Amino acid sequence: MIVAAVPFALWLAIKAVVVLGAMLGVALVLIYAELKWSAHIQSRVGPWYVGGRWGWAHPLAEAVKFLQKEDLVPDAADDKVFRLAPYVMIAGTFATFVVIPIGPSVVARNLDPGIFYLLAISSLSTLGILMAGWSSGNKYSLIGGVRAGAQLIAYELPLVLALVAVAIQAGTLSLSGIVSAQAQTLFTVGSVDISLPFVLSGQIIGFMVFLIASLAELNRTPFDLPLAESELTMGYLTEYSGLRFTMFFLGEYAGMVSMAAVISTVYLGGYWMPGLSENILDWAGPFILLAKIFFVLFLYIWFRWTWPRVREDQLQSLAWKWLIPLTLFNIVATATLKVVF
Amino acid sequence: MTQLDKRGLVEVSDGGVSIELKGETMTLNIGPQHPSTHGVLRLVAEVDGERIAKLEPAIGYMHRGKEKLAEARTYAQITALINRIDWVSGFANEVAFIRAVEKLMGVEPTPRAQMIRLILTELTRISNHLVFASSYPLELGAATPLMWAFREREHIMDVIESLTGGRFHPNFNRVGGVKPAAGGGKTQKKVSLDLPSGFYAAVENAMDRAVVACDELDQLVTGNEIVQARAKGVGIISYDDAVAYGISGPNARASGVNFDLRTQEDDLLPYAGLDFDVITRDSGDSFDRYLVRILEIRESIKIVRQAIGSVPSGPLQAKVPRVLKVPPGTVYVRAENPKGEMGYYIVSQGGRMPYRVKIRSASFSNISILSKVAVGQLIPDLVATMGSLDFVLGDVDR
Amino acid sequence: MAQIPGIGLVKGLWSTLKALFKKPVTIMWPDEKELITPRARGVIALDIENCTSCMLCSRECPDWCIYIEAHKVEMEPSKPGGRVRTKNILDRFDIDYGLCMYCGICVEVCPFDALYWSPDYEYSEYKISNLLHDKERLTDWLATVPDPPALEKS
Repeated sequence: MIVAAVPFALWLAIKAVVVLGAMLGVALVLIYAELKWSAHIQSRVGPWYVGGRWGWAHPLAEAVKFLQKEDLVPDAADDKVFRLAPYVMIAGTFATFVVIPIGPSVVARNLDPGIFYLLAISSLSTLGILMAGWSSGNKYSLIGGVRAGAQLIAYELPLVLALVAVAIQAGTLSLSGIVSAQAQTLFTVGSVDISLPFVLSGQIIGFMVFLIASLAELNRTPFDLPLAESELTMGYLTEYSGLRFTMFFLGEYAGMVSMAAVISTVYLGGYWMPGLSENILDWAGPFILLAKIFFVLFLYIWFRWTWPRVREDQLQSLAWKWLIPLTLFNIVATATLKVVF
Repeated sequence: MTQLDKRGLVEVSDGGVSIELKGETMTLNIGPQHPSTHGVLRLVAEVDGERIAKLEPAIGYMHRGKEKLAEARTYAQITALINRIDWVSGFANEVAFIRAVEKLMGVEPTPRAQMIRLILTELTRISNHLVFASSYPLELGAATPLMWAFREREHIMDVIESLTGGRFHPNFNRVGGVKPAAGGGKTQKKVSLDLPSGFYAAVENAMDRAVVACDELDQLVTGNEIVQARAKGVGIISYDDAVAYGISGPNARASGVNFDLRTQEDDLLPYAGLDFDVITRDSGDSFDRYLVRILEIRESIKIVRQAIGSVPSGPLQAKVPRVLKVPPGTVYVRAENPKGEMGYYIVSQGGRMPYRVKIRSASFSNISILSKVAVGQLIPDLVATMGSLDFVLGDVDR
Repeated sequence: MAQIPGIGLVKGLWSTLKALFKKPVTIMWPDEKELITPRARGVIALDIENCTSCMLCSRECPDWCIYIEAHKVEMEPSKPGGRVRTKNILDRFDIDYGLCMYCGICVEVCPFDALYWSPDYEYSEYKISNLLHDKERLTDWLATVPDPPALEKS
């Protein structure tokens, strides 16, 4: 491509802007999708009037509304930490998009320890939430922040262990490598080469565990106790308003998109679709990936509006007593099958 | 359940997972403005981490002085005011009061009016339990059942509105029966407020929709493992506690107390001729309280379907004088409000206005058990227990 | 309730999925309006000719939200030599809808059928003082009073 003609710094800046812009765009579409799908599940209509037809401009109107709200910092709050917390959270989420491959040679940066980097940097958002809960100077926020910290730490482990099994099966840590491993033919039927995404070729337990653990990482129902609206009035977010609240809000939805992107890449096959050659995948890849991402996002939204919240100690016992043994068993099984076949 | 270990220093709780050292407690003020306390209830809780060590409800934020207002109002005006005590079930509040006045005056309501009163009471019971059954999952975190139940409840509200003119506050009872006409005067242009045409069909339709709502709630909530894990074994009220604290209604029936005023006070409304079961359960936890109400919706649907097939014809109101003067005396009449037992104690000294009206409301006694049952629970458990008691602050504070 | 652990959760998911594809029940006000039953208590209308300012409605209102002022006017006797008749002329008949409980007692006790219920409900105001409807406005509501519905045959 045109890499050689453009200096590195400029190329970096372009990539950063494209990644940020794409992520924000998808997050806004996701907000609209959630409003509409949840409304139809509940026999309502959802956004209708904003933007003239079907209410498509509703997320934009909400963003503008939040931006023009008064920016309050409570007296009892720890000033610097309070101001810094939303940006820490959102930085952790944005940085995961660097490694997601959108096409066979279209990726912001093809890092070799891709999964390792992903998991490490996404834990940064946990830190942001703890900072927010602590520095608000409010008992409710403290309870919410501490709950969130405990929950996120407990569910990191199943997340990591599920991805270990994927790495074993693919033989590489880099995300582009994982997608290519899923593209390889497993067996042939007649003259048709069949290759299956990992979810169908042995990682079904890993897929389920990762789905549940990512719901907990994102603080979504059924694991949204830190944000339990009916109990603690927004938990660790209670004292935030204006631009900072917008950052948290967008960070939550961006996190959903990033987790969905990870699931689509690692379990569902990413940008690759059977029967398409590499050239077509270069420009059709993003759309295929987007379709898979929206399928996973639909699952997230569907789960949120159907199930109630799980209690704190039940949440912890689910992680420690059920998910971690399941993932360990999954690793052993994957490794055995990999060696045998 | 926490108990001290052998040295008496550490509290060991039942699950075996958490061992808590006795530390300082933090005072947490839950309410009065709070999304899940059903109104302006303030709970002053002392929490140790997330466990509640002590709980004290502080009520009175909604006190509207109904009993004091009643001293300066005529009986018809009081009927309009007491609709608003338990605002979710509007009609059921009036029934006991009007029966009390009728007993003082020695007037018997007409059979047609009694059956209409019964139909309306059962409709409000279904409506109230639908509100409960859908706002309880909302407190646990599921937002969808609320919308579905309210969608079906609209049909019941439309039925009540087509008959009485009001959805929540029908103001339809009169001494000696129900409101016969929009006025009672000398001219001939009075509009009779008998059952409008299409009423029976509308009620049948509303009952079908209510069955649909029950089935949807069963599929979405009752069988849901997360709801069961949140509600089973939480907030257990024993049989003795229920009797000692004066808990009534579905809360008591979930603890095994077989107490339903519909079958025990037989001169109030004609339940004797109808065939229905009184639902009781044994364990007294929050899930049983939820289950009792869901099953009671189905029983009430049965009652309404039988009742509309057997409405006797006749006048809507017995002959009473235009200006009501109640002879001196005292009376106490209680009825089965959807939330529990609701009673009115009226002291009359002759005249158009009572001397004293005392209202025994169901939720006031029901939430008295909170300070006992909440000790040792986690905060989410407290929310689950409070939701399952189904109280409204208008009923608590009057 | 659940034989297989987790089957309750799956059934819940299935019912939500079915609901996703059904038509929403929202009535898009102000483009569509639902049908209100004729007996609905929306607003009270006044028929001035029937009113004799007997003050019964004003007295029986639990909130005392009806304000009536009237003066007497003498009229000629019906027969020559008879006694002088008096008639009440209504000066002021206001209902304060900020206080009104919509209980219907005033409509019920009026002996002369001067008050009627109308199901109209769209009269919100920006200022609370505009919720006091004077007698001209109350007479305008008379046009919206519907015919009473037919009764059910037993």
